[in-house]
Amino acid sequence: MSIASIRPGLPLARVNPVAKVAATVPLSIVLILTLDVVSASVAIVCEILVFTLVGLGGLLWSPRTLPVWIAAPLTGVSMVLYGAPSGAVLWEFGLIHVTEGSVQIGLATTARVIAIALPAVVLFLTIDPTDLADGLAQTLRLPARFVLGALAALRLVGSSIDDWRTLHLARRARGIADRGVLRRSLGQAFAMLVLSIRRGGTLATAMEARGFGADTERTWARAAHFGRVEWIVIVVGCVVAAVSATVAVTTGSWNVVWS
Amino acid sequence: MSVRGEASAPAVSVRARGWGWRHGGRRHPAVRDLDLAIGPGERVLLLGASGAGKSTLLHGLAGVLGGDDEGETLGELLLDGRHPAAARGRAGLVLQDPDAQVVMARVGDDVAFGLENLGVARDEIWPRVRAALDAVGLNLPLDHATAELSGGQRQRLALAGVLAMRPGLILLDEPTANLDPDGVREVRDAVGAVAVATGATLIVVEHRVSTWLPVVDRVVVLGAAGGVLADGPPEQVLSERADDLRAAGVWLPHDVPWRAPESTAGTRHPLLEASHLDIGRVAGVAVQRGVDLRVDAGRVLAIVGPNGVGKSTLALTLAGLLPPQDGRLAASDLVARGLRSEPWRWRSRELLTRIGTVFQSPEHQFVAGSVRAELEVGPRALKLGEAERRARVDELLEALRLEHLAGANPFTLSGGEKRRLSVATAIATRPRLLVLDEPTFGQDASTWRELAKLLVGLRDDGVALVAVTHDEVFVDAISDERFELRVQAADASTSAPSAGARRGARR
Repeated sequence: MSIASIRPGLPLARVNPVAKVAATVPLSIVLILTLDVVSASVAIVCEILVFTLVGLGGLLWSPRTLPVWIAAPLTGVSMVLYGAPSGAVLWEFGLIHVTEGSVQIGLATTARVIAIALPAVVLFLTIDPTDLADGLAQTLRLPARFVLGALAALRLVGSSIDDWRTLHLARRARGIADRGVLRRSLGQAFAMLVLSIRRGGTLATAMEARGFGADTERTWARAAHFGRVEWIVIVVGCVVAAVSATVAVTTGSWNVVWS
Repeated sequence: MSVRGEASAPAVSVRARGWGWRHGGRRHPAVRDLDLAIGPGERVLLLGASGAGKSTLLHGLAGVLGGDDEGETLGELLLDGRHPAAARGRAGLVLQDPDAQVVMARVGDDVAFGLENLGVARDEIWPRVRAALDAVGLNLPLDHATAELSGGQRQRLALAGVLAMRPGLILLDEPTANLDPDGVREVRDAVGAVAVATGATLIVVEHRVSTWLPVVDRVVVLGAAGGVLADGPPEQVLSERADDLRAAGVWLPHDVPWRAPESTAGTRHPLLEASHLDIGRVAGVAVQRGVDLRVDAGRVLAIVGPNGVGKSTLALTLAGLLPPQDGRLAASDLVARGLRSEPWRWRSRELLTRIGTVFQSPEHQFVAGSVRAELEVGPRALKLGEAERRARVDELLEALRLEHLAGANPFTLSGGEKRRLSVATAIATRPRLLVLDEPTFGQDASTWRELAKLLVGLRDDGVALVAVTHDEVFVDAISDERFELRVQAADASTSAPSAGARRGARR
């Protein structure tokens, strides 16, 4: 099995991954700067709007974004229960102080986590690892040896998953699977490490035999384009960030974390 | 189909003068005192006992042996008069393991990988990629996923990746050892076509000579103690030096290394019975439905069928490692001895004396740091006393000629030794039934014979053996029964067992 999926047939799949990652940066900065419900909520509304318009609405509501919807309220609840108390106390139990202030922080945190994680997850699902490598190496000019080495290693993750299953069965066959879970898993993890290193070694030899790592200047079979579409994606990201910040400032809820 | 003309590079000549290589940390060189001259365009089959350094020579020619920190070079090895590292891109290497040499996720990108490294311009890359894929007969879209290819297709992809670089020298290191018979023919024919089309010099390492005879025009045999043992046209070398070659483990055409005497087990003692069995590794996804099968004591049952049909899954299910998805799998009281009849419900330790399993890749089942410790794992789990443990292990070490390796790390053994050790670990606890997945993969004629004798010895002691195999010679010469798994349509009925493999299996 393989986790290095082939370019998914989704909108934005052909956009340079570097642009997609860059587009999420401004909003993340804004949301890290301020802790308020308004900016994050505006951002979520904008995100839903934008993703629906470009045709990623299906992905947005698919089970693959479910972890975001589950994890965000959980972080929020912990802030409600244990966040710095301020304002009227609503409920108290031992270390737990639920106050008006902590409820606010809880809501803001929930919205913030959703606003940052949602676009990251949705955009990441449209990224083909090969395209990402091309973008990193050609657009950002990161060293090719490093980028391609990481890409090749990613392909081995799939075989490691198969290895793990087989190792588990093999240990049962060898009569040592009745031991405690911890001891068994440690031994198995070590065995998998050994196998992975050996596999990696063979792959490195195969890559080297095909001229990888030679001194010749490398060319790229696939061009990583960075054109109008990429700039538009980044501009949209900036606009969402700007709108969120502006609305928060005008409604007076802008609340810089260190103030 | 033609990659010739302006596309092809001039064939490379090879010259070795007193060449040798010693891996760092080893006392003896893997290759020594090699003098050899191969002219441009020659097609050479390179033979020799395991450990004679065939792979080392190929790696040396490909320029991937590494620098001084990885080993020591003796004498000289030249491609067209230049050092192999300086001639990189002139030699292309295809390795044995189809899984370990796919670099990219898409077929086209994988073939393009070498061209990118050579600095070929983008406009030129794609026509060369297409021509190379055509030449090896892989007619797939360029964005086809490499993860979905069969073993034979992966090897042809690796060949295309090498071919696109237009090497003057093509090096193949047991390219078909891990493939089923169809895959072997696929790859061999692709290599043949490529050799004709490009005129490149070709060097193939392979134990099974008959596969490559139609393609090569010269045979070179490396001696185990260094140097060249025999060299010349295939017919001449194979007929004049047949005995030397056999002694070196070379598998000559039409040879059957050893034939098992008929099973003497008179009455049938069923040990395991499967009826209407549905099998699969993933819950809810059955690879085979309705399997009916019986395993008898004192007989060798071969399970055959094409790649991906579920042979390994069936083996793991019979071995009590995977639960069946539906149907019945019951061990008779001869095996269960007081436990309930479903093997997958037994504890890991309870399996040891009942059903042993030898995995396709021995590395998966090694858990200890030395050969002796590896053999003691099972007896220790059974809580046998020190003396009994020692006696069993010593007996196995001697029987399998592993005594001199008792202290070695299992991972450092040769392919044949690893296989013998993995069988030994399974029989150290004396199971009544032994399940083996591809026991003869990658074995040369000598190790094949040893293994076959060992298995038939167990059979004659009353152990039941189940072997999943692609090896037609094994089915023909060793097994007593043959069970064929066929590709099933969505809800098709079952596959049919046929008794008397010796008569039925020949094609």
